[in-house]
Amino acid sequence: MARSKTDLADAPTVIELRGVNKWFGQFQVLTDINLQVKQSEKIVVCGPSGSGKSTLIRCINRLEEHQAGDLVVHGITLTNDVKNVEAIRREVGMVFQSFNLFPHLTILENLTLAPIWVKKMPKKDAEEIAMNLLTRVRIPEQALKYPGQLSGGQQQRVAIARALCMRPKIMLFDEPTSALDPEMVKEVLDVMIELAGEGMTMLVVTHEMGFARAVADRVIFMDRGEIVEQNEPETFFANPQNDRTKLFLSQILH
Amino acid sequence: MTDLAQSGDAPRPKMSPPADQTGIVGWLKRNLFSSWGNSLTTIVLIACVVWIIDWFIDWGLVNATFVAANGPECGKNAGACWALIGEKYRYIFFGSFPYEQHWRPLFACIAMLAMLLASADRRMWNWRLLVIWSVGSFVTFLLMFGELRFPLTIFLIVGLVVGGVGMGLRAGIASPREMLTYRVLAIVGGVGLAGRIAGVIPAWGLEINAFSYVETGLWGGLPVTMILATYGLVFAFPYGILLALGRRSNLPLIKGLCVGFIELIRGVPLISLLIMASVMLPLFLPTGSNIDKFLRALVAVIFFAGAYIAEIIRGGLQSLPKGQFEAADAMGLNYVQSTTLIVLPQALRVVIPPLINTFIGFFKDTSLVLIIGIFDFLNTANQALVDPNWAGFPGEVYLFAAAIYFIFCYSMSRYSKYLEIELNKGTRR
Ligand SMILES: Nc1ncnc2c1ncn2[C@@H]1O[C@H](COP(=O)(O)OP(=O)(O)OP(=O)(O)O)[C@@H](O)[C@H]1O
Ligand SMILES: [Mg+2]
Repeated sequence: MARSKTDLADAPTVIELRGVNKWFGQFQVLTDINLQVKQSEKIVVCGPSGSGKSTLIRCINRLEEHQAGDLVVHGITLTNDVKNVEAIRREVGMVFQSFNLFPHLTILENLTLAPIWVKKMPKKDAEEIAMNLLTRVRIPEQALKYPGQLSGGQQQRVAIARALCMRPKIMLFDEPTSALDPEMVKEVLDVMIELAGEGMTMLVVTHEMGFARAVADRVIFMDRGEIVEQNEPETFFANPQNDRTKLFLSQILH
Repeated sequence: MTDLAQSGDAPRPKMSPPADQTGIVGWLKRNLFSSWGNSLTTIVLIACVVWIIDWFIDWGLVNATFVAANGPECGKNAGACWALIGEKYRYIFFGSFPYEQHWRPLFACIAMLAMLLASADRRMWNWRLLVIWSVGSFVTFLLMFGELRFPLTIFLIVGLVVGGVGMGLRAGIASPREMLTYRVLAIVGGVGLAGRIAGVIPAWGLEINAFSYVETGLWGGLPVTMILATYGLVFAFPYGILLALGRRSNLPLIKGLCVGFIELIRGVPLISLLIMASVMLPLFLPTGSNIDKFLRALVAVIFFAGAYIAEIIRGGLQSLPKGQFEAADAMGLNYVQSTTLIVLPQALRVVIPPLINTFIGFFKDTSLVLIIGIFDFLNTANQALVDPNWAGFPGEVYLFAAAIYFIFCYSMSRYSKYLEIELNKGTRR
């Protein structure tokens, strides 16, 4: 694969998790998670259903609250302080499995909402940025339609553009292609690969192993709330160490 | 398959559907006379409808009396006595409002209707709404009261609120001039209010005396029904929204208060609330302070309607997928922003039908104010029957009142339909 991996050796750390634990009631979802993400690093998280992948990345922008350990994003330590949470959310964009576009707003309004209200950007500037991004995800002609009028693949590309509108430093993806029909998966992955090429820091929960091979600097395998194994994609797929990893890979790679 | 092969790529010629499936005959056959039982039902029902219409035409038109001096004269004919309505309609519409001043409640009703019609249009749902309602309300109450007095305190409060809210919401967006205006408003309002409370600034009021003063005790008929329903619901609506949001709050105290209030109000009949407002409230207030009876009834209606509206809106809030809240949070919107920009617009859309249903219910429920001696439209109609000269024709008056109520309620029902379609344009999945 002709791909120049980003040189991460001297890159600063932008996300750091130290001994992060989380419980839902009595049930421990995350156990002693330690993770460092460098600037421009692309990480793919995989693992069986219910292993805590979503919970892990949702802790990073405080959609879920962790109960023990330290979580530092972009130099800001996550605490209960609303100001901290809001500051982090301005730097971190998120794309969901179910798109979560706002159905009562047009595509353009979906994109400009946060820049106008959170960043207090003038409407005209926000619209200009939005149109640029829509062009980049290849659907500028849909700007005035409503989300319900678009296909799943188009909606997910809008969702990516919407997150990018805030000019985030970090992008989180939670199974962005799982809800899509097979023929639409590629159009979304292409946009993500392009984004990776521009040096965005990305944390992607996905089972698209082709994407992992092409883009990831590191693949993380999670099971039962723990990080079981992590490695460069080539090594990870060719030579998994842990039995649970082997079992999982044999199931998804057939 | 052979067929396909023969015709090659050319599309097959389209046939028209069988003749007995189309046109009026086809429709009748399919929908009304599809079987023996069905045909029989159709014929019986048509016969009933024809009989009722025939009876009504006989009673209401052919044998009816349109002009008569009094009741007994009306009684000579077998049909309806519409002369009674002609005699009493001004009392039914305007109650005890001074007779020669009846044009005032008439124009007040027209002003309110215009205000409601103007705000029904979706394009007006912005700052224009505020203008429409300020002007409309001012005209309505000036006509009804004849004179209005705005105490200085009100202006100070408005200044403080507008200034404060403007400074909070428009920070960073507004031009420096606009921000300065807000700041000046807030400072003048705040300082003035402090001065009023400390007694440094004397009480002063802006008086507008346009016509002779008419107290609320003399109000009656349609304007009373319209004012109670319109302003009752207009205040109950935001209040209900706040209650519904409070009920979903994470703060136990706020949640508890809202749940308690909603359950308490829903647990008692409106009549008991009205009686409480008229009889018991004055007992708790310091002697000498006199809150208008009409205003107290209005407050009772607002409380009652607010609790019901809150529960309906809660249903709408629950119907929103969790992902909508999460997406709004993840973008960095704060609570007020995600609630006003994302959550409420979607939740309210879902609950338009039950909401308008409640509005229709409350429009009619306002007639319960009779119990505390306020004469709304139905009650003035009732009073019109008391006249011994015109005894014996209750049906005509009630039919007339019912027709007026129907016009209002049916319009609301149609509006609900329009709104549903209008708001769902393009957003249907
Ligand atoms: N709000 C919640 N309350 C209680 N338990 C939860 C909650 N959210 C998730 N869980 C549980 O936590 C565990 C991890 O959930 P999570 O969604 O992180 O898994 P996942 O790895 O993303 O799985 P999937 O691949 O199915 O998305 C699951 O067992 C799930 O049942
Ligand atoms: Mg998940």
